[in-house]
Amino acid sequence: MTDTLGAGAALPGYDPNGFFCEIFGGPGGDAAPSPAIQERLKRLDVGDLTQRAQAASDELFNLGITFTVYTEREAIDRILPFDVIPRPIGAAEWAVIEAGVKQRVQALNLFLHDVYHEQKILKDGVIPKPLVLGNKNYRPQMQGLDLPHGTYVHICGVDLVRGGDGAFRVLEDNGRTPSGVSYVIENRHMMLRVFPDLARDIGLRPVDEYGARLHQALHEVAPAEIGDPQVVLLSPGVFNSAYFEHIFLAREMGVPLVEGRDLEVEDNRVYMRTTAGRAPVHAIYRRIDDDFLDPKTFRPDSMLGVPGLFEAYAKGNVTLANAVGTGVADDKAVYAYMPRVIDYYLGEEPIIQNVETHICGEAEGLRYTLDNLAELVVKPVGESGGYGILIGPQASREELEQFRAKLTADPANFISQPVVSLSVCPTLVDGRIEPRHVDLRPFCLTGRDSWVLPGGLTRVAIKRGSLVVNSSQGGGSKDTWVLTE
Amino acid sequence: MSQPLLARYASCIFWMARYMERAENLARLIEVNEVFARDRRGAHNWEAILRLNADWERFEKRYGAPSEETVQYFYMLDPGHSGSILSTVTMARENARTLRPFISTEMWTHLNEMYNRLRAIESGPDRLPNIADFCTKLKYGAQAHSGITEGTFYRDQGWRFYRLGKYLERADQTTRLIDVKYHALLPSPEDVGSPLDESQWNALLRSAAGYHAYRRVHPRDLTPAKVAGFMLLNAQFPRSVRYCVGECARNLSELIQLFELPRGVEARDLLDALLKRLEETDIERIIAEGLHEHMDAVQLELIEVARALGRAYFGSEE
Repeated sequence: MTDTLGAGAALPGYDPNGFFCEIFGGPGGDAAPSPAIQERLKRLDVGDLTQRAQAASDELFNLGITFTVYTEREAIDRILPFDVIPRPIGAAEWAVIEAGVKQRVQALNLFLHDVYHEQKILKDGVIPKPLVLGNKNYRPQMQGLDLPHGTYVHICGVDLVRGGDGAFRVLEDNGRTPSGVSYVIENRHMMLRVFPDLARDIGLRPVDEYGARLHQALHEVAPAEIGDPQVVLLSPGVFNSAYFEHIFLAREMGVPLVEGRDLEVEDNRVYMRTTAGRAPVHAIYRRIDDDFLDPKTFRPDSMLGVPGLFEAYAKGNVTLANAVGTGVADDKAVYAYMPRVIDYYLGEEPIIQNVETHICGEAEGLRYTLDNLAELVVKPVGESGGYGILIGPQASREELEQFRAKLTADPANFISQPVVSLSVCPTLVDGRIEPRHVDLRPFCLTGRDSWVLPGGLTRVAIKRGSLVVNSSQGGGSKDTWVLTE
Repeated sequence: MSQPLLARYASCIFWMARYMERAENLARLIEVNEVFARDRRGAHNWEAILRLNADWERFEKRYGAPSEETVQYFYMLDPGHSGSILSTVTMARENARTLRPFISTEMWTHLNEMYNRLRAIESGPDRLPNIADFCTKLKYGAQAHSGITEGTFYRDQGWRFYRLGKYLERADQTTRLIDVKYHALLPSPEDVGSPLDESQWNALLRSAAGYHAYRRVHPRDLTPAKVAGFMLLNAQFPRSVRYCVGECARNLSELIQLFELPRGVEARDLLDALLKRLEETDIERIIAEGLHEHMDAVQLELIEVARALGRAYFGSEE
């Protein structure tokens, strides 16, 4: 028996390399979430584990829990690689995450309401005006619209990372159409089927409430005068790579999964085409970007949207979740200001801090960034998906100099952050258990109030040493176990 | 009286059912034709199946003159032929994919597995799987689909659209199966009643899983007229045209009355008229007027029914 459960002492050949380990704790011997899980993990036979992992993959494929990759010739269904070793989070730690995420969402909603009404935060100079009003995700059409309960971000995914010191930090807010929650729930189903022994009596908080909670939140924000509102999920269709998630959520909520062609607007009211003719629609969980929602208001070439939808929305006859124009709040530029935004509206310290961020539009931030360019990650604001990012430690001298020139020419367009040494979690790779870097995306639902799903999407970088957890770049996922104690 | 059902979903349910029924019947058709082909007119019979399905030109463009292997491949696993079993199951699966929030997980998983298994078969005209084995597995797959659907599909409007699609397709396919015999053996006086003729009718009945039921109705004689009559007009045999049309009419009536969807009356009138004719006629009269012509007419009427359903419920604009 091992008495001390310090890092690396636990599994033969397993060495977190000085990173914080989600199962065995920090390099300094920090408390680990669950000794019971450590014990069970040590007893596992890797051969058996590998076999069961294969069975899980097969099952995911047959169940069609897949995303679709389109080549010129055909559509190929791929599963998101699923790693069978769970990522546990202790109850005390989770309580902090839960409170921190709620605080964040509350601030985001207050911020959006303000931006689309009096704009006090801009007038008070807390955030530079052009950053918000010049942002391509700012929607002037939203100005002055009152939304039920002032909720703009009904569904929020907050990306968290844990650094070497063991503290969680926010890397990014996803306030438009955060995805991945279907994997959270399906991973759990899979886990309980394939590894009932691992999860037994461990005190695991369930995740299957999500669909009912989402439906409830959408009910709460539907137009007030409707007694029993019709909720639908609006998807771009089967060719969307996240189509499985759309299916999943519609099924969990028990609502129709519609496409733009199923809806029509007359006299500023929205209807769906049914076998009995038209039936009214009151709340739409839309998985289509603002740009494509309504060719009359936004991009006229959109084939996915519904002509007249925005006008019906503006009249308050239908609710859209998330609201139009939330992209202005999850922008990288605004992200840098989030600690100040939280303080401005709530008079509170952020419960979960941002990753240390330097705003190059401010003299101090720019000087620091230029002085430490080779150690920092510099990101252009207003872009998404990792375009135009400089990763200092990986850049050549020439690249650094080129970037320095770009940065000096337009400093307001950039923020910088240190490279975060993401925590690791034991992961099954090629028949061995090795440390791999992970992040965490909890999901928060807000109708009248906020609720955080006790779980979250743990993404894992399958490649050794890689810090990139995105599924498009070979990332996989794990079941996230929020424990009752 | 029930939850609203998207017109597009109704259409997908209807077509998912049709495609699965079609895949099963294609397997039956291939199986029976393979039996026929063992006789002296073998090559001719594989041409017949092309004529029967009006696929002659489509086939010729791809393969030229028909051979046994190319025709079999064309109908079994040719991904470039929209009427192959592979394509038909693919279409059923695509409809099921759209319907995933609506159908049971078990229905979807089974269809997805069946599709993935079919897709995994490496084949070509020169590399065909064993026909009997392939057809048996396909039938089992399609029947498992029916069973899972029966056991798990929620009984609202969707179920009625499923049944409508299934029985409309089956009615159509049974007329084709009867017609195969017509094409396979253009009746020459000396063949009628020959052992060969009898064995072919026998095979036809078996391919429709109707042999034993037929024997219960006609224990002593197996004549062409009686077999055709049984497959066309019997009220209790679940693959007879009359039975299938009756099921269509019954399900459509439920949609109209129980689910208050009156738009279907035009289609119901067409079905009622067809059903009445099938109930009142007898096989001697049909044969006298021309069996093949009669099958053609029924097929055209079924097409009209499908069109009327499209206008009434699926939002087709025509």
